[in-house]
Amino acid sequence: MSHEITKVAVPLPVTRKDVVEHALEFGKAWEYAPSPEATDHVKIEPRYELFIGGKWRAPKSGKYFATTSPSTEEKLSEIAEASADDVDAAVKAARTAYDKVWSKMRGTERAKYIFRIARAIQEKSRELAIVESMDGGKPIKESRDVDLPLAAAHFFYHAGWADKLDYAFHGRHARPLGVAGQIIPWNFPLLMAAWKIAPALACGNTVVLKPAETTSLTALLLAKIIEEAELPPGVVNIITGAGETGAALVNHPDVDKIAFTGSTEVGKRIQRSLAGTKKRLTLELGGKAANVIFADAPLDQAIEGIIQGIFFNQGHVCCAGSRLLVEESIHESLTRKLRDRMATLRLGDPLDKNTDIGAINSKMQLDKIAALVDSGEKDGAERFSAPCEIPKKGYWFAPTFFTGVAQSSRIAREEIFGPVLSVLTFRTPDEAVEKANNTMYGLSAGIWSDKGAKIFWMAQRLKAGVVWGNTYNKFDPSSPFGGYKESGFGREGGRQGLSAYVELDA
Amino acid sequence: MKKKIDTHVADGDAVRVQDVDVETTINMGDLGPLETRAIARREDTNGGARLRVAKAYKMYVGGAFVRSESGRYMQTKAGAEKGADPELVNVPRGSRKDARDAVLAAKNALDGWSVRTAYNRGQILYRLAEVMESRRSELAMSLVRSGLHEAEAVGEVEASIDRAVFYAGFCDKYQSLVASSNPVSGPHFGFSVPEPMGVIAVVAPQTPALLGLVSTVLPVITTGNTVIAIASESDPRTAIVFCECLATSDLPGGVVNVLTGKATEIAPHFAKHREVFGIDAWTGDTALREALERDGADNVKRVKTHAPPGAPFWIDERRGQGIGWIERFLETKTIWHPVGV
Repeated sequence: MSHEITKVAVPLPVTRKDVVEHALEFGKAWEYAPSPEATDHVKIEPRYELFIGGKWRAPKSGKYFATTSPSTEEKLSEIAEASADDVDAAVKAARTAYDKVWSKMRGTERAKYIFRIARAIQEKSRELAIVESMDGGKPIKESRDVDLPLAAAHFFYHAGWADKLDYAFHGRHARPLGVAGQIIPWNFPLLMAAWKIAPALACGNTVVLKPAETTSLTALLLAKIIEEAELPPGVVNIITGAGETGAALVNHPDVDKIAFTGSTEVGKRIQRSLAGTKKRLTLELGGKAANVIFADAPLDQAIEGIIQGIFFNQGHVCCAGSRLLVEESIHESLTRKLRDRMATLRLGDPLDKNTDIGAINSKMQLDKIAALVDSGEKDGAERFSAPCEIPKKGYWFAPTFFTGVAQSSRIAREEIFGPVLSVLTFRTPDEAVEKANNTMYGLSAGIWSDKGAKIFWMAQRLKAGVVWGNTYNKFDPSSPFGGYKESGFGREGGRQGLSAYVELDA
Repeated sequence: MKKKIDTHVADGDAVRVQDVDVETTINMGDLGPLETRAIARREDTNGGARLRVAKAYKMYVGGAFVRSESGRYMQTKAGAEKGADPELVNVPRGSRKDARDAVLAAKNALDGWSVRTAYNRGQILYRLAEVMESRRSELAMSLVRSGLHEAEAVGEVEASIDRAVFYAGFCDKYQSLVASSNPVSGPHFGFSVPEPMGVIAVVAPQTPALLGLVSTVLPVITTGNTVIAIASESDPRTAIVFCECLATSDLPGGVVNVLTGKATEIAPHFAKHREVFGIDAWTGDTALREALERDGADNVKRVKTHAPPGAPFWIDERRGQGIGWIERFLETKTIWHPVGV
């Protein structure tokens, strides 16, 4: 298996034809000196316990697993594996905190605790960004400029809702649900924790959160912040582990609500297992977004949007613009520009401030990307991979796109969750709508055109929860995010996102 | 006499004002006095009473009244004035194929219904209220035949008509309540708008047979969704009389489809159907509720199930209707665009 991975992870050699055709030839001008972020001030403990009831507790199982850096394959720390008993202890702590403290606390008091968390994240943001890049592999410019500011903003935004819930639902009285079990993915580890914890706390719920097993570190640093902010014990509990720990949380009888972000496959399993229980559920699942480029689009801006849409965070983004729908007349010129732009992307050390493309999050994910790329080649699609050097250690995949992709092809239908773009064409706006909506997913979409009326016409017809016009991958705590169809239900962010954590009168 | 009035006509995006000539008086003289027009009742020839024409009850799918494709029927008992109507009534027992046909009808109606202007949907629902009002005695009689006292029946019919009025006026207002302008940090214009989910299946409560159906179906179509409803099994006839109101109220065929039969048999097909995006089940059958929740997960369906509440819940205007009912089957679409020159 491993030799196959090496084979596909290495980009195709730049052929003579490529070089001759290439419009941009900068020689050595693109070679930057290394500019790594300093890590000497960052504190990573050799071992992390579970954060339950305000205390750090060893797991009852006595088991720990290693968390490694995907860019160096070096072990960073050991993480406790929570068993069903530990999950039970966390839920009990959350229940006690809910009954005795949090549900009775005045909204303004809850708000002040949440504001404290926001402030502490801002204060520690450089350290958190570095750990995020070390543990997850994402470029420091993204963790520093996107993940961290947004995580702090999510707490700050939701803190303000805590004492305004009576205004949020048109006079309907809102009650908290109780204990929320929250399971988050590895692509935006701290940001997803913020998306989940902030609204739950603002609405008066207590939380048991399980981060993904490959990226537990920043959630544990967040637990430390929550401890230092002196939140009442048990209001937030953070338990680490893999799928079994998550299943124990989902199936715990005393959990009132499950919020899950992750794959559609696991989401369906969770939805099924909650049948017949009274537990509330929100799901933020996979996507296969269409990014639609009309011939009248501002093409240079569109190229930036395409790059941002698919290569942001190595394509480990549920709303990634992974299907490029290009108006047929500009297919040639657009793919040419795309190749040129991709040739400038820097892949490598996530801690280097010039890095555009970091490491693939895990060996498992790299295998999955490689397998899907293989299937694309076997289906007869034409592949282009950016000519970049691949570091010897770690998990990497060169930015890649396919042209000549059939709608029925796996690379046009399945979520790759990697830096791989499938390019399809259309002739009329109606055809663009039909192709864009031809998917079981419905999380997001992009539209590029200089005609305002056309953008709104498309936006009304796309079955997607977030539509970006002449931009892509923009997020904000005040902006509801979530999917149609098999991309899940419920929204996160904005006034609309609060409904996931309250019970309302009719 | 002719008089000029201003009429506002909604015409696509533009609103124009036009002059219309109308006759302000109508000549009633030609019809003659009322009493001379009355037709004397014939001598009875059937043992003292005229035999009433009994209605054949059919399901309502795609704007047409149809029997079950399966040919199956179920019998319900319905009281009546002695000798006026048969006590045993045959009602279609809907099948899996009927369910699939109904989903297709609802799906085909979706594009047309969801793009109607909110004002137009509101007028159609108001027309429904008008038609229900004109058929109030028939609706009430149907409920009486199912065992309600006359006062209860009249109360339920009046509440149902008022509910139609309530949602008629909501068609062009919920958007302002649930949409948002999002104050994002950056040079972007961001807003979130509600959109219909698509085809929604409703398992109407056993009782109240009319008000339960009206209260569950109307908020769903108010926002542009289309519906397949399974009528109350204990009184499917009243649902069909309601369908006759729907059929004569300018509501496009397929927007509301009503099947009769056994919910335990039909509803699971909706849970498994990929073109159905949401389910709203009001049933005391816990096994059915669980099956719908479980099978709905196959396409991440929005499944809402409820143990049926009592009559006071449905009559109560604070609980039996409201913005919360509308929000349950809406999607939120968030749109971003850069701001700049």
